[in-house]
Amino acid sequence: MTEKNSWIIKGGRLIDPVRGIDEIRDIGIMDGFVADVAEVPSSAQTIMAEGLIVAPGLIDMHVHLRQPGKTAAETIATGTFAAAAGGFTSILPMPNTSPVADTPASIEYIRAHALREGVVKVLPVGAMTKGSEGKEMAGIGGLKKAGVVALSDDGKCVQNHEIMRHLVEYSKSFNLPILDHCEDEILMSGGVMHDGYWSVILGMRGITSAVEEMMVARDVILARMAGWKIHIQHISARESIELVRNARRRGIMISAEATPHHIALTDECVKNFDTNYKMNPPLRSEDDRQAIIAALKDGTISVIASDHAPHTETEKLVEFDYAPFGIVGLETAVSICLTELYHKGYLTLSELISKWTKGPAEVLGLDIGTLNEGMPADITIIDTETEFVIDKERFLSKSRNTPFHGCKVKGRPVATIVNGIFVHNLMS
Amino acid sequence: MEQRWTRKDLLSLEDLSDWEINLILDTAQEFKKVSQRKVKKVPALRGKTVVNFFIEPSTRTRISFELAEQRLSADIINVSASSSSISKGETLLDTAKNIEALQVDLIVMRHSAAGAPNFIASRVKSGVINAGDGAHSHPTQALLDLFTIREKKGKIKGLNVSIIGDILHSRVARSDLWGLLSLGANVTLAGPATLVPREFAKIDRVKVCHNMREAVEGADVINLLRIQHERQRAGFFPSINEYSNVFGLSKETMKYVKPDALIMHPGPINRGVELDSSIADGSQSVILEQVTNGLAVRMAVLFLVAGCLKND
Repeated sequence: MTEKNSWIIKGGRLIDPVRGIDEIRDIGIMDGFVADVAEVPSSAQTIMAEGLIVAPGLIDMHVHLRQPGKTAAETIATGTFAAAAGGFTSILPMPNTSPVADTPASIEYIRAHALREGVVKVLPVGAMTKGSEGKEMAGIGGLKKAGVVALSDDGKCVQNHEIMRHLVEYSKSFNLPILDHCEDEILMSGGVMHDGYWSVILGMRGITSAVEEMMVARDVILARMAGWKIHIQHISARESIELVRNARRRGIMISAEATPHHIALTDECVKNFDTNYKMNPPLRSEDDRQAIIAALKDGTISVIASDHAPHTETEKLVEFDYAPFGIVGLETAVSICLTELYHKGYLTLSELISKWTKGPAEVLGLDIGTLNEGMPADITIIDTETEFVIDKERFLSKSRNTPFHGCKVKGRPVATIVNGIFVHNLMS
Repeated sequence: MEQRWTRKDLLSLEDLSDWEINLILDTAQEFKKVSQRKVKKVPALRGKTVVNFFIEPSTRTRISFELAEQRLSADIINVSASSSSISKGETLLDTAKNIEALQVDLIVMRHSAAGAPNFIASRVKSGVINAGDGAHSHPTQALLDLFTIREKKGKIKGLNVSIIGDILHSRVARSDLWGLLSLGANVTLAGPATLVPREFAKIDRVKVCHNMREAVEGADVINLLRIQHERQRAGFFPSINEYSNVFGLSKETMKYVKPDALIMHPGPINRGVELDSSIADGSQSVILEQVTNGLAVRMAVLFLVAGCLKND
């Protein structure tokens, strides 16, 4: 045991929702693994964490790293830097790169770059249909062998229910959950923002909540039929949430994630035509936002994911209609959620941290997101009290497309530790 | 104290207060006289350059603006989508920045995307006048409608104005609405439910209805909007024939129209579709006067906006 690889994190409030722990407790780290504090050599370095939250490394189940294909906006390396700065020790990149990650070779490419250049763990997601075209099943068995942890055609949605039915059944054979971007493409009909009061006022093409709701209803039915997991990505509408709540009550294997921007913002933000408020699904009404918060509280939504979607300034600095959907989120997610959910009294810290630890671990069926002895020392230390103003110029992401620039927030990750190594450190 | 115009842009009537709208209308009143003279030109914008930047094709609005600019003695350049570099892949902002770099004073802008003039106006020093952006806003059309109503009725406050047709896709309806509400009118939006979003009813003094008789009875002004054939193809209603039978202003429906109600239309009209041909030409129609007033209103807007540019 070399001493320089041994640490004790002292005096912090350990919140580990998987094990139901929320108490002041020291954590030992030896050679990259969580260790019994008593066994850590007395010469180990000490990290004073009094007044801070010590949590299992946070997991972001929904990010876009843009490599290969659009490295001007992000790379696997810069995406992991942003993740580390944002307090995430594991991220799941979606396969909608160019080309689409639908083969073992493409998954090996992602893993090789992540290992060589990345600073956090990259858990790849494979496309479930070839080219994510929703027509032919991708080689799911091969993808599993290459190391994918889930399947998704994110950015697109399989429109053919028969194909989707087979996908859910087939992926069950490999214990791979399906992460579904729920969108009825015909109902979508060229929409650019939520279909509601503000789209009517602004004269913009609406994306009705039914665009999502139709496919959530379909997924509930198919998950029930197959007896397997479908995870609803970036859920945004009250009606879809109601379907998920009802399905979970009936024991159907449906789960859902919400994004920080759907938690914090509404469609009214679009009124100044700033394309950093354009995303898909769109920002919805205040009523929908309240439904998301209530569903986070009652457990209907078990995951918070950023849907980190980098775009260059050139791509975003255009007419609202022509701008691509999506905003970056890795470096603002924790601060926004602490501000909007914890400090406003909607969620306890344990409930909030669960959305980035226990929630993802359950959806993925993996033994991660907790700090049992002997597990890799992936740890996030959070200061819940410091107030600061979000400055996009300080992002480590290659992109700056955020609506939160200039927002005053309270709380942020101050250290991110992956396999016992600090990859982000604001502590002294 | 006299209130002065202070905006470098005219983007939407939603932004304007009632006195600003009235200032434009009063100014237009004066400019209307210019066009009635033998020499129809004043030197108000001499030495100023105006670019008519039309990314979406337009004939009526562009001609009206061009003539207004000429009567104010401005120098004019016309840039359309096909003649601009946008067809070569240049972004809208870069094209606008290039226009600004030529020391252009005013940009009159038409675009198919909602908010495009707002996007440009906040990023160039030149004044920007919105000549229609998608289904969002068409402020000079609304101003000429307000001018016509005020001229004919002597007031706007308390009037019942019905706007009938494809409200969903109409920038005219959206602009009329804010102007009318600001000056104290009551507004009814009417047409098939597929084309009249019920969210409008959340606004104070706005009513939504789907029945022609209800829409026209008691109305002091009836504004009929052009129905586009592509909406039928997109499935909003079954046929142009059915639309005109159910939602067109027919001689039969005219029985319910007040004898002194104004019949308006932003043009170009589809005779026999939105309204019976004889009604378009009838004594209650002010459709051509709207065109005349459009010129005066655009002169007023150009004059006021040019008057508060930074380089003055």
